[in-house]
Parts: sequence; structure tokens; C-alpha cells
Amino acid sequence: MAAVSDKSSKNWLARAWAAAFAPIKEPKGFYRHRALVRLTHWVNALCILFLLGSGLNIFNAHPRLYWGLYGTDADPSFFSLSAIDTPNGPQGITQIGPWNFNTTGVLGWSQVDGEFQARGWPSWLTIPSFQDLADARHWHFMFAWILVFNGLAYLIYSLWARHLQRDIWPTRTDIRAIPRSILDHIKLKHPTGDAARRYNVLQKLAYLGVITLIVLMVLTGLTMSPAFNAVVPWLLDVFGGRQSARSIHFISACLIVLFVIVHLVEVVLAGPINEIRSMLTGDYRIPQDSSSKDHS
Amino acid sequence: MASGKIITRRVAILGGFAGAGWLVVNADKLTLDSDFARVFRAVEDWTKTAQRGLLYPERLAREYSPSDISPFFKPNGTYNPGTPEYNSHAMRNFANWRLKIDGAVEKPLSLSLAELRRLPRRTQITKHDCVEGWTAIGMWTGVPVGLLLKAAGLKPGARYAVFHCADNLTGEPAKGGEQSPGQYYESIDLTDAFHPQTILAYGFNGKNLDVPHGAPLRLRVERQLGYKQAKYVERIQIVDSFASIAGGQGGYWEDRGYEWYAGI
Repeated sequence: MAAVSDKSSKNWLARAWAAAFAPIKEPKGFYRHRALVRLTHWVNALCILFLLGSGLNIFNAHPRLYWGLYGTDADPSFFSLSAIDTPNGPQGITQIGPWNFNTTGVLGWSQVDGEFQARGWPSWLTIPSFQDLADARHWHFMFAWILVFNGLAYLIYSLWARHLQRDIWPTRTDIRAIPRSILDHIKLKHPTGDAARRYNVLQKLAYLGVITLIVLMVLTGLTMSPAFNAVVPWLLDVFGGRQSARSIHFISACLIVLFVIVHLVEVVLAGPINEIRSMLTGDYRIPQDSSSKDHS
Repeated sequence: MASGKIITRRVAILGGFAGAGWLVVNADKLTLDSDFARVFRAVEDWTKTAQRGLLYPERLAREYSPSDISPFFKPNGTYNPGTPEYNSHAMRNFANWRLKIDGAVEKPLSLSLAELRRLPRRTQITKHDCVEGWTAIGMWTGVPVGLLLKAAGLKPGARYAVFHCADNLTGEPAKGGEQSPGQYYESIDLTDAFHPQTILAYGFNGKNLDVPHGAPLRLRVERQLGYKQAKYVERIQIVDSFASIAGGQGGYWEDRGYEWYAGI
């Protein structure tokens, strides 16, 4: 674990700077993630956590989704969370298109401090945990700004250092290897040796996908702003109206959650200590063939 | 090897995670903390600065075609002020309703609805975005607020137009606190007050404005959220600061934790 030993003896900031911008010096392992990529990764993770939590609290203020220019209670929703009265007491109902599901206790009708209340998403998923649109918006916009600046730093650096072009953008060979990569993933076979220095094609597509989703989140978020609508009205057309933009915002958030789940599962499967260390210090030990596999 | 320096990096990483964890665990407490609210306020100021920097003062909100109008325009907040005074105005079709314009003006005005209807009017089909997330599209007809303010003549130092309303609303609590009734009011700065689409509407979807939507007069300030669109307006007060009005935050919902700048 002491792979930092042969770095220069300059102070931490200078070393981080050198780590980000100097050519890779290879110690025992392989210097996988530059400092700026690591830092923006973790800041991004924190932003996503707060944006999801506060976003669900905001969603609870009007837990219905529509398609088109407008949408209020009297208009048909394609997704909604609600509470209804039944002879057996109140029930939480999750509506997806024409289907209704009883989700009492989790969605629509759930407990807050031991007391049931009508609530779209449950209190253990929202930030703050109590229903508070005003403050959920405050959290949301604060982390939205951090996400934007953090994301810009990442994108500008990654384009400039050719990280995006070299490491993430799939090559033609990659595209041809998609079927085999799918098979490898099904067999939970992880690359070793030289192949482990590169992202596999599904990994590249997943990272490109999540970057696209985050950009989409920012754009659909801005499209919900009446002031921003006056500046860039054509974004309303791109997304098909403000309510469509709101729905795309929500669907993209769900896809980001899906990415995070797959991402975490893959970290665990690929060797969590090596993977997490590489995102903390940059050092990644190349897994050798199964016979000599380094379990760190 | 210089262990001190390695510890510095470890401390930085651990510190970062500890800080992030602390933030997650204490999110509820911070929400209720009045000092932390200053952080939120700084973010709001930054949002306003960024949006206003992009918003040339005259940039118009999109206007829609009649076929885009919502079949149902959800009224929100007060559906009927219901006070004896308001009821008697409603029974007489608001013939005796007066709009007062006072405060930091050269010539305070008191205008009847009939007088307002004789002034130049503007009709616009716009979308109404509630802070809760829903949207409705409607057609509004009314007199530009800028025109009224020019007629009254602003005194030096005038910065905000405060719209006082006839309805008393019991709103949902912010910060998990008690519900607190209050007289509805709103305020906008002069950039928005003189914007061509900022009108006091007396017509809605081709008819006289109805009671649920704010009869007889409602503010339309199209580049901001629904709670800025004050209903039942009876007075415009021009001020240099709204700190001494009601809760001091510039509006009914602002006093309950919402942003004064409702552009997003």
C-alpha cells in the first residue's frame, strides 16, 4: 500500500500538481487516475448524493410527471405517487402509465418519525428528511452550482489532457469487441495484464453515458427555469416543453442511479481495495493472470 | 521518505471524507440552522447575478399560441380571499376597487378598474411555472406596470415595487416550523417592474379575471415562478428597501424561506 514512497519530496500540493500534469512515472503499479480526475470524481459523487436527495424532496411537492408543454393535477400524468383512502385505511399508490401499484409504507404513504403521512418519496431518501420545498431547493441549487463548476473543471482538463479522447472515447476496435466484452462481463471475467491498463468498451460507454446524463441533467434543469427560458427559449423546443424537460430530468436521474449501482457492483467485483485506492491515490496494481492474481 | 508529507495527503483525503460524511449526517440540522442559511442566501445571490448577467433587461419570456393554452389552469394559494370587504367588491364586479400607487412616487395614484381598462393594454399567452413543479399556460390581458410607475413618477432612491394583496393566506411551513397566516404580498425590482411583459392583468383567457385566479387584478412577471404572480392586488408601494415590511424578506413566501429571486 506504500506505493507513494518513490514520489518526489516536494510538498503535497506541488506533488498533486505534478501528479496531474507530469508524465506518468510507473512505480510497481500503474498510475491510473490523475489527481484532478480523482478530486472531481469524489466531489461529483457528493454532489450527486445531495442532488438526488434534495431532488426527491422537491419532487414530493408535486409528485406527478407529465409530457408536453404543461401539466397540473387535472392533466394526465404518466408517473405519480399518491395516497388514497380505502376501506382498509390510506394506501400509497405508485402509478406508471396505466398501471397502479400498492406501495404503502415506501412510496405515496410512508412513516416520518413513526407517523404515517402522504409523501411521494420516503423521508429516508430525501434531503432534508422532512418535507420542505424551500430548503430542498436551496440544497439543490447549491450542489447544482458545485456540480457545474466541478464538471467543467473535469471536462476542460480531460479534453486538454486528452483523457477523454484517449481513455474514454471508444475506438473502432473497441466497437468490434462489444459482443466479447458483454460475454466477459456476464462471465465476470476481468481483464489482466496489459488489457487492465485500458478501460473495456462497456466501461467506456458507461462513462460516456454518465457524462452525457449529467450534461442532460444540467440542461433540463435549466429548462425548468423561467428566467433561463427567456435567454435560451429553444431549449424548451429541444426537450418538448417544460413538463417534458422536468420528466427527462427525472428519468435521467434514475439512469444515473442505475449507473451508480452498476459502478459500485463492478468496483466490488473487480477488487474493491485496488479500485478504491486507484481513485484515492492514483495507484492501480495491474491484475496478473488468475494464477498470480494480486488480491491486495 | 518524508512521512510528514504523506500524512498530509492522507489527512487531506480523510478530512475530505470526514467532512462529506459530516455534511450528509447533519443535512437536517444544517437546514434548520440560521447561520447556514447565509450560505444558501449567497448561492441565491450568485444565481441571480448569473441569470441577470445573461438576461438582457428586455429579453422576453416565450409567448405561446392560443392552441397551447392549458384546458385547466390550476389556481393555487388563495382561491377566494372571502373577507366581507372583498365579497362586497366581488358582488359589485369590483366597480369600486381602487388600485393605489404610493410610497416613493412624485404623484400617488388611485385608479379604478375602469380607468385601468382605458390605458394601453398588453395581451400575452405565457406559461406559469409553479415552484412546486407544475406548469399551466394562460392568456393574460392587462396594463403594463412600467406605464403606471411612469405616470406616478418615481422618486430618487426608488428600488422595489411592493404589491399588497387582499388575501390572507395560511401557507405551508418552511424549515419544519409552524404554519403562519399572513397577508399576501410580493416585490420585484425595477428591472422587472419596467419589463414590457410585466403587467397587472384584469383579463384571463379572454374573459374578466375570475376570483380563483386573482380578481380583479393580478401581477404577471413572466420570467419568475408562480409565487411572484401576486393575486388580488390593491396597492403598489414603491420603496427603497422592503426590510420593514412584514417578515422583511420581500414577499409572503420569501418570509417562509423561499428565494426572493424566483427565476429558477
